Amino acid sequence: MYKSDFPIFKNNPNLVYLDSAATSQKPQSVIDAIKDYYENYNSNIHRGIYKISEQATDAYEKTRKKIAKFINAKSEKEIIFTRNTTESINLIAKTWGKENVKAEDKILISEMEHHSNILPWQQLSGEQNICLRYINVRDHKLDIQRAEAEINETKPALLAITHVSNSLGTINPVKKLAEIAHKNGGMILIDGAQSVPHMQVDVQSLDADFLAFSGHKMLGPTGIGVLYVKEEILKKMNPFLTGGGMIKSVSRFETEFADHPYKFEAGTPDIAGTIGLSAAIDYMNTIGIERIETHERNLTKYALKKLSGLSEVTILGLPFSEDRAGVISIVVDEIHPHDIAQLLDENNIAVRAGHHCNHILMKDVLKVTATTRISFHIYNDENDIDRFVESLKSIMTKIKR
Amino acid sequence: MNQIYKELILDHYKSPQNAGSLDNPTHEATEENTSCGDSIKVQLIMKDGRIKKIKHITEGCAISVAAASLLSEILVGKSIISIGKLDEQDIIKILGVQLTASRINCALLPLRAVRKALKLKTEN
Repeated sequence: MYKSDFPIFKNNPNLVYLDSAATSQKPQSVIDAIKDYYENYNSNIHRGIYKISEQATDAYEKTRKKIAKFINAKSEKEIIFTRNTTESINLIAKTWGKENVKAEDKILISEMEHHSNILPWQQLSGEQNICLRYINVRDHKLDIQRAEAEINETKPALLAITHVSNSLGTINPVKKLAEIAHKNGGMILIDGAQSVPHMQVDVQSLDADFLAFSGHKMLGPTGIGVLYVKEEILKKMNPFLTGGGMIKSVSRFETEFADHPYKFEAGTPDIAGTIGLSAAIDYMNTIGIERIETHERNLTKYALKKLSGLSEVTILGLPFSEDRAGVISIVVDEIHPHDIAQLLDENNIAVRAGHHCNHILMKDVLKVTATTRISFHIYNDENDIDRFVESLKSIMTKIKR
Repeated sequence: MNQIYKELILDHYKSPQNAGSLDNPTHEATEENTSCGDSIKVQLIMKDGRIKKIKHITEGCAISVAAASLLSEILVGKSIISIGKLDEQDIIKILGVQLTASRINCALLPLRAVRKALKLKTEN
């Protein structure tokens, strides 16, 4: 029903796109907004004393407000534009983390983190002699009881946790984890890459200190990401990158930085990307995030039911429940995921095969080398899942040894 | 459309030639594609600078298994010098299919293992 809003499906009429956890498709309105900026008011933002620059600045800053509202931040000053989730998390590790997490302190992450929420902390722990610890994954979800005991005992300075697992589709109880972290004097960073595009995420209700997410997974363009930081924390943070656009005044040997959020946005930002993201949020708001969530939940239920009828297929992740998002990883007996993906592609079905940037989860927890993953957004329908399952069946017959 | 999973590939995948191990190899090596988990153990018996016997245990996708099988067939009798000259294009020719950038590593895994066993330089 929403497919017609996305030109990729007009240009590839047979495409079944089941890889939205990697990147989402873009509606016409997003593409048009970017084109409109480049064609009609392309100019650099801030300090341009002419009409089109003021128009570009206005569009850029309105996006900040729109995002603040979308995640229910108290103020748009808490919204920093980055390139993507990875850069957002790195920004925190290299500014707040570097200054506030001291030697012998603990940082707690989990075995289901994407590499983007492991490597910045691994690097920081090496540099500052910090103890990096992992919450275990048991039966496809976080072992919350043990995590709670560990937080109470070791009082980590930071808990960095994904809201939704990009391999398992498990929705983690981040609100509860925030509560436990705060009770013990720690902060919580939530990796929202797989949640913000698909469900209501309210930073005040969750009491998140940091939230990172990417524009391109929420129907927006690549190259634009978001970092939310609680204002009281942000006020005390030093800049990440330095240069143009983030200063009040510069003299030969010292600089007075601009206030947040500008202090964290050095150099000309991705103006077109920001404007595209703005259109993406408009599009999602028009449909309604609850409707998107319900739509994907129904598809997840449908896909899980269909896949569970195939005896050669092992479904990873939780059974259908409130804690299950629209990401489904499967392992097929004796068939390598690369072969499955390649053969599906011959039928124009796009899925992801591999380790999904989850080496620790794959190797240590699930004990598999790779999985085949399907994931949804608003443009998917039951027909997509039918075609995927039918294709999978014929592949199993063709390639089974 | 480029059909990668032709009969030749599927045949060699389903029943790979020279699969197994040798009791008295003169050379051996294991090699892995860390990104997808494909792995191969290759064992050789070299005599007078040529491959006399080759066995391999390959676990992975159809492309890597078929490549190991097909490569093992043509390597018997080949000299170290000629093995050193084999490149990506030769492997594609042996497989008889065009491979995308994301799958070429699967096809090259067996050759990398053979070169490693013979201590030849590899491009990757």
